[in-house]
Amino acid sequence: MADSEYILEVKNLCQYFTSGRGRKKLTVKAVDDVTFSVRRAETFGLVGESGCGKTTTGRTIIRLYNPTSGEVTFEGQDIAGKMTRNLRKFLTSNIAMIFQDPIESLNPKMTIEEIVGEGLKVRGQNDRSEIRRQVVQMLNKVGLVEEHATRYPHEFSGGQRQRIGIARAIITNPKMVIADEPVSALDVSVQAQVINLLNDLKEEMGLTILFIAHNLSVVKYFSDRIGVMYYGHLVEVAKGDDLYQKPLHPYTRALLSAIPEPNPLTERTRVRIDYVPERDHDYSKEQPSMVEVEPEHFVYCSPSELEKYREIIQNA
Amino acid sequence: MAETMKSEMMNAEAAGAAAPEKDVILSVRDLRISFRAYGGLVQAVRGVSFDLYRGETLAIVGESGSGKSVSIKAIMGILANNAIIESGEILYDGKDLTKVKEDDFHEIRGHRIGLIFQDPLSALNPIMKIGKQITEVLRLKKGVSKAEAKEKALELMRVVGIPDVEQRFDQYPFQFSGGMRQRIVIAIALAGDPEILICDEPTTALDVTVQAKILEQINQIKKDRNLSVIFITHDLGVVANMADRVNVMYAGKIVETGTSEEIFFEPAHPYTWALLSSMPDLQTKDRLNAIPGTPPNMIFPPKGDAFAPRNAYALKIDHEKEPPMFKITETHAAATWLLHPQAANSRVEMPASLKARIERMKRSGGFNG
Repeated sequence: MADSEYILEVKNLCQYFTSGRGRKKLTVKAVDDVTFSVRRAETFGLVGESGCGKTTTGRTIIRLYNPTSGEVTFEGQDIAGKMTRNLRKFLTSNIAMIFQDPIESLNPKMTIEEIVGEGLKVRGQNDRSEIRRQVVQMLNKVGLVEEHATRYPHEFSGGQRQRIGIARAIITNPKMVIADEPVSALDVSVQAQVINLLNDLKEEMGLTILFIAHNLSVVKYFSDRIGVMYYGHLVEVAKGDDLYQKPLHPYTRALLSAIPEPNPLTERTRVRIDYVPERDHDYSKEQPSMVEVEPEHFVYCSPSELEKYREIIQNA
Repeated sequence: MAETMKSEMMNAEAAGAAAPEKDVILSVRDLRISFRAYGGLVQAVRGVSFDLYRGETLAIVGESGSGKSVSIKAIMGILANNAIIESGEILYDGKDLTKVKEDDFHEIRGHRIGLIFQDPLSALNPIMKIGKQITEVLRLKKGVSKAEAKEKALELMRVVGIPDVEQRFDQYPFQFSGGMRQRIVIAIALAGDPEILICDEPTTALDVTVQAKILEQINQIKKDRNLSVIFITHDLGVVANMADRVNVMYAGKIVETGTSEEIFFEPAHPYTWALLSSMPDLQTKDRLNAIPGTPPNMIFPPKGDAFAPRNAYALKIDHEKEPPMFKITETHAAATWLLHPQAANSRVEMPASLKARIERMKRSGGFNG
C-alpha cells in the first residue's frame, strides 16, 4: 500500500462521448484533461453548473464509464485500466457512491434490509442474522431504527431515503465515498440534517469524500478543498477560503458573483460579473495548463495570465 | 385610479400617520383550499391572507407542500379538479376571483395576471415555433393582425434579452437553452401586458449564473412596466435579491410576514429562525442547526402551531392552541405565542448562532462578490 498523503490521484483524465459515425460523428468532451488529487480523510468538493462534467468525473473514477484517457490511482493502484475481476473487487470495496435522487436510486421492490445489506451479500456474507445485525447497526448510525428494515422505499420521506442511500454506501466500510449532489433533491429544512449526518460519519469513520454539488454555499461549508469545473475543464482548485477570498479564474469570479446570499443588504448592491471565454482569454498564442499559483491554489491558465494572477495574489 | 378607493378602505384601519399611502392591487382574505385525496382531505391552504401592493415584489417562501403554489394557482384559477375552495376570497379589480366562472377567467388570466412557471421546458409547446407561441397570445388576447403580432413579438423577445430575434422567431423550444427558454416564457407572460406577474420558482431549474441574469431581467421589466410581482421560491438568497416584502409559509399558513429587512434581520417566528440558520452561508463554520423531523402530513395537520412538534422553542400552548398573528410593527407580524405578552417572561430568543450571523450580515453590507 502506498503511503502517499493522497488517497486518490487523477491525472489528465479525459472522458469523451461520441455519437453518430462518419461525417455525422460528434464528440462531446465531457471531461477534458482534468487533474487533481484528494488527501486521506479530506472532503474534496467539485462545483460547476449543469453539463460541466462534475458528475461524469465522479462516475468515471468509480468506473461507471470507461475513461477515454488519463490516469486514476487509488491508494497507489491504477484504477483506470482494463476492468478485471480483481479491479472490480478493489473498486467496490473501497469506493462507494451516494446518488442525487433518493427515489430513483433505491429499488422499489426491495426492502430496506435487502437494499442496505446487498453490499455484504455480494461480498460473500451468507449469514442472514449477521447481515441483519450489521444493517440495523448501520440504520441506527444514519438515524433510522430497526423497524425500518422490513419496509419498502416508498414508505419513506426524501430525507429518510437519502439516509438509506448513505447507509448502503457505508456498510461495506469504504475508504472513499463519492457523493453526487446528495442534498439537492431535499427540502431546505431536511438538507441540513443530511449534511450534519455526512459530517458526523466523516469524523467517525475517517472517510474521504468527493463531494459533487452545484450549491456553492453547501460545498464551501462541507469541503476542505474545492475544484471548480467549466465545460469539462477543471479551472481552479483551492482551499475553500482561498477560493472565495481570492478567486483568480474569471469563471470562478463569475460564479461567485452570481450566488444569491440570504442578505438583502448585499443583494441590493450586488455586481454580477459575466464570463465570456472568448473575451477573457487569449489562447491563440499560448496554451493554458494547470499551474500552482500559490501553495495549494491551482489555476488553469496561460503563462501571461499566470503573471497577472501572481500579481493579484501578492497585492491581496 | 380605480383601486384607490379600495386601498383607502384597506388602509383605513392602519391609518398610522407615518404609513405611506399604498395601493392594494390584489387582496387574499382567509383563503382555505383542500384537496380530495385517497386518504382524506389534504388541507393545503389553511387561512391565508395577504395584500399585494402596486409596484412591489412580494415573495412567498416555504418548503414543498407549504401551500405556496396552491395559493397562487387559486389566484390564476388553475386549481386541479379535486381542489375545493372551502372559504375565503381573492379580491382583484372589484371581483372575487374565487367566484369568477371559467368562461370569464380568460379576461383575467394571461391578460391582467401573468404567470411564469418553474420548468420552462414543460411550459412551452415542443412542436410549435417559438414565434407562434408568443404571437398566439397577442392574437388571442389583443386581437391584433398577424403582421402586427409578429412585430410586437420580436420586440418582446428583445425586451427579455434574446439575441438574433429574427432568426430565433422561427425556431423550436428544443433549440433553446434552459435560460433562453425561461426568457421566452417570460415574453409570453408579458405578451398579454399584465399588471400582476406571478413567478412560481422561475429560476429553480436553472444554473446560478443564468439565474442571476434572469432575476436581473425580471427586476428590470418590473421597473419598466411598473408590474406588481408575486415571487414564489424556497431559496432565501433569491428572496433577498428580489423581494420588498416576504411571506413565510409553513403547513398551509403564513407564519410570518414583513419587509425583507424585517424577515432577514429581525425574524420572530421559530420557523423563520430555523430556515435562516439551517442552510450554510459562505462564512458558516459551525455545525448546522438542522430542523428535526419532517413537514407534517396535511391530511392530519397537527393541533396548535403546526411547527411546534419540530420546534425546540415551542411553549406548551403551541401544542394546544393555534397562535394568531401578533403585530410587531406596521409591516411585520408573526404567528407565534412567543410574542404574546405573557410569554415575554419566558425570554425565548433566536439562537445565538443566528444572531451572530445576522450581525455579520449587517456588517458586510458593502460586499459585492
